[in-house]
Amino acid sequence: MTLESNIPDGPLEQKWTNYKNNAKLVSPANKRKFELIVVGSGLAGASAAATLAEQGYKVKCFCYQDSPRRAHSIAAQGGINAAKNYQNDGDSVYRLFYDTIKGGDFRAREANVYRLAEVSTDIIDQCVAQGVPLAREYGGLLANRSFGGAQVSRTFYARGQTGQQLLLGAYAGLSHQIALGSVKMFPRTEMLDLVVVDGHAKGIVVRDLNTGEITTHAGDAVLLCTGGYGNVFYLSTNARGCNVTATFRAYKRGALFANPCYTQIHPTCIPVSGDYQSKLTLMSESLRNDGRIWVPKRKEDCGKEPASIPEEDRDYYLERKYPSYGNLAPRDISSRSAKEVCDEGRGVGPGGLGVYLDFSDAIKRLGQSTIEERYGNLFEMYRNITGENAYERPMRIYPAVHYTMGGLWVDYNLQSNIPGLHVLGEANFSDHGANRLGASALMQGLADGYFVIPYTLGNYLTTQFGKKVDSSHPAFEQALADTNARVKRLMDIKGTKPADDFYRRLGLIIWDYCGMARSAEGLKEAIGKIQALREEFWSDLRILGTDGGINMELERAGRVADFLEFGELMCLDALVRDESCGGHFRVEHQTPEGEALRNDENFSFVSAWKYEGDGNMPSLIKEPLVYEKVKLATRSYK
Amino acid sequence: MKFHLKVWRQKTCKAPGKLEEYVAENIPAEASFLEMLDIVNSQLTGKNIEPIQFDSDCREGICGTCSLTINGIPHGKGRGTTCQLYMRNFKDGETITIEPFRADAFPVQRDLVTNRSAFDRVIQAGGYISERCGSAPDANAVPISKVIADQAMDAAACIGCGACAAACPNSSAMLFVSAKVTHLGLLPQGKPEKSRRVLNMVHQMDEEGFGNCSNYYACEAVCPAGVPASFIGRMNREFTAASVKEMVGMSV
Repeated sequence: MTLESNIPDGPLEQKWTNYKNNAKLVSPANKRKFELIVVGSGLAGASAAATLAEQGYKVKCFCYQDSPRRAHSIAAQGGINAAKNYQNDGDSVYRLFYDTIKGGDFRAREANVYRLAEVSTDIIDQCVAQGVPLAREYGGLLANRSFGGAQVSRTFYARGQTGQQLLLGAYAGLSHQIALGSVKMFPRTEMLDLVVVDGHAKGIVVRDLNTGEITTHAGDAVLLCTGGYGNVFYLSTNARGCNVTATFRAYKRGALFANPCYTQIHPTCIPVSGDYQSKLTLMSESLRNDGRIWVPKRKEDCGKEPASIPEEDRDYYLERKYPSYGNLAPRDISSRSAKEVCDEGRGVGPGGLGVYLDFSDAIKRLGQSTIEERYGNLFEMYRNITGENAYERPMRIYPAVHYTMGGLWVDYNLQSNIPGLHVLGEANFSDHGANRLGASALMQGLADGYFVIPYTLGNYLTTQFGKKVDSSHPAFEQALADTNARVKRLMDIKGTKPADDFYRRLGLIIWDYCGMARSAEGLKEAIGKIQALREEFWSDLRILGTDGGINMELERAGRVADFLEFGELMCLDALVRDESCGGHFRVEHQTPEGEALRNDENFSFVSAWKYEGDGNMPSLIKEPLVYEKVKLATRSYK
Repeated sequence: MKFHLKVWRQKTCKAPGKLEEYVAENIPAEASFLEMLDIVNSQLTGKNIEPIQFDSDCREGICGTCSLTINGIPHGKGRGTTCQLYMRNFKDGETITIEPFRADAFPVQRDLVTNRSAFDRVIQAGGYISERCGSAPDANAVPISKVIADQAMDAAACIGCGACAAACPNSSAMLFVSAKVTHLGLLPQGKPEKSRRVLNMVHQMDEEGFGNCSNYYACEAVCPAGVPASFIGRMNREFTAASVKEMVGMSV
């Protein structure tokens, strides 16, 4: 099997324009005849559903939350990048493209990233037109801040709630289309399987989380906008319900899973405080604009009050190691540096797993009110969770899993290897390589939904005239029967432990062996442990109640069951990628200074995994990464 | 820490519900309220008692999913969401009563889970700007003063949790509706549909069975996003102006 990325011809700068000029169009009369299934209502899902409906398609949109407005995009804090160059500081589409490629440690597909940078400017226009209240200057123009991995200010924001405001913008557009009858919304409905007919994605199986009823829906194309798989770590900054089920079920139906080992550990989160904990809370990277990160130079000082440690005894390690980017070094590098100093025994707080993020200089320079205006809600959140006042005492932070760059493999059209199955936003793999830059997730989700899929979907749909399949097709009956059997199997185990018991243990295995530092030996061990845990899960799980009506334990168990399989795939991918790149750090491959050491000669490819049946080793299909414009270089943020 | 819980249990939407008593033991003071319930649920599962069903998702105060009435107050004491309430704020040995958000327009689905889709329908009635993707002018083409943008943001901060309606003796949703009306009405992009928006949203709000505002300000007191009740006055003025226009036959 070879992978066709379907990248259009022509010079990089012209590819998207050429593509649009030649893309197949669906006439208004025909759009009405196509029914599209959108799974997920976050930035990618809501923007795609609203825009496609606006164009005249009939859309069904599904989300597991009780309202589309609650998708986890809502929790993004810091901002959204766009190459507007409103600050006149030398930004351009090319620079945003290059920063993204470099930030991703040269493991992303050039043409997709260039397109992303190109449409970034349209996103800001679109959001302002929707009434998203982005931050403004006194003159009435839009304000910007800087983010990690960039030397320009290109990040637009709405206080510390940028994701919320962008999502509510997309949700408003979606609500408008629901009111017009062009989108039918299915909240509290979870996708449990994909239906493939003659090699084409033609529908999904869903469970109504209120009634427990399992049904099928047929459509002319399926768009998965279901986010990432960060919750495989159990503790992450993701929402409790975030899961891999939709994409993993698609994988089991033949879609390729690309680069599952590329996960992002965000450097600024509130440290873990105990094993009862259900999630980790992120403190926006934007804080690194004004906060300085440090630990004591000497282990002995770690227990002291931070204010009592004099300047000369502090190690501002990011500023020391990366003078030109300083505290704004990219996420993977910042996280790893924090781990290093903590491994050296210089961490602060409980268990020595924390570093200081100190605002005292910024407060002296700008005054507390400016800091309050910029980050007030984050300081409030920190106080609430830790009981500490960060205006007076530095925050304690530690890295936590935040985002996953891997996802289902897609071509330039955002179509997976299964025709008709399109994958948008965090759920696909395409744009961030081995590490995502801050404020680029919101950009990608909205780019895919507002400006890419509305142009690319026509190429597929125009091949589907007269090929409608309805849900009475045997493939639907089979998928429905499979799903019912799986739910029954979970309910019938009648063991002794709740799903979270297994889940927490899975998370620890993944964090220890496939987290910030990975080794061949450790990964092999992890795979064995996951297999054993999975066996235990399927023989000792306890779900009380019935499968009718609301049963959150059942929902949880289904997701954990998929994570227990997916975790193994992730470790396998990490094992096979015998190099370090971006967020994937193999301890065997590092420079003398401890930086990630890539191996471009042997690993400049996308790893796409094909499911080969339970108990069988999935097969690896490689998509070579060809760089026409960019010269591969060692990342340097010094 | 140890707590005596009285928890609302209700099998289905139509079944009668009642408060059941449980003991929550070995709860760390650093745990959040929802983490306390997680611990209780795992203890209940061990005793063959079905776990308590409650909604939560982001667990960082922004998605608006969590929705518990704790000792009679939506989201409990303090000014945040249920998920941002920590057990160190309770006394060891305290009795805590946990109920769902109560409002006619939010029917209980099971235990502590309610159906708040009424809010979605209110937004669908007009809580948007009818723009078309791809036709927007440059984002800096229309300057918006910082004061207006900030005020719009204060209103847009609403997380749609429904605590306002649950706290109000009249189950009024006017804080929620006024937040959206204010957010969009303040911005130049939202002006063209201003009158239609307020009329349609208020009509839908009435349709859903939410009551009227009689100035208790309980909504403002429990709002985790700090949306001020003064927006209700703003909405009333907009509503009156739009109604007069409609009455005299002007198109809105």
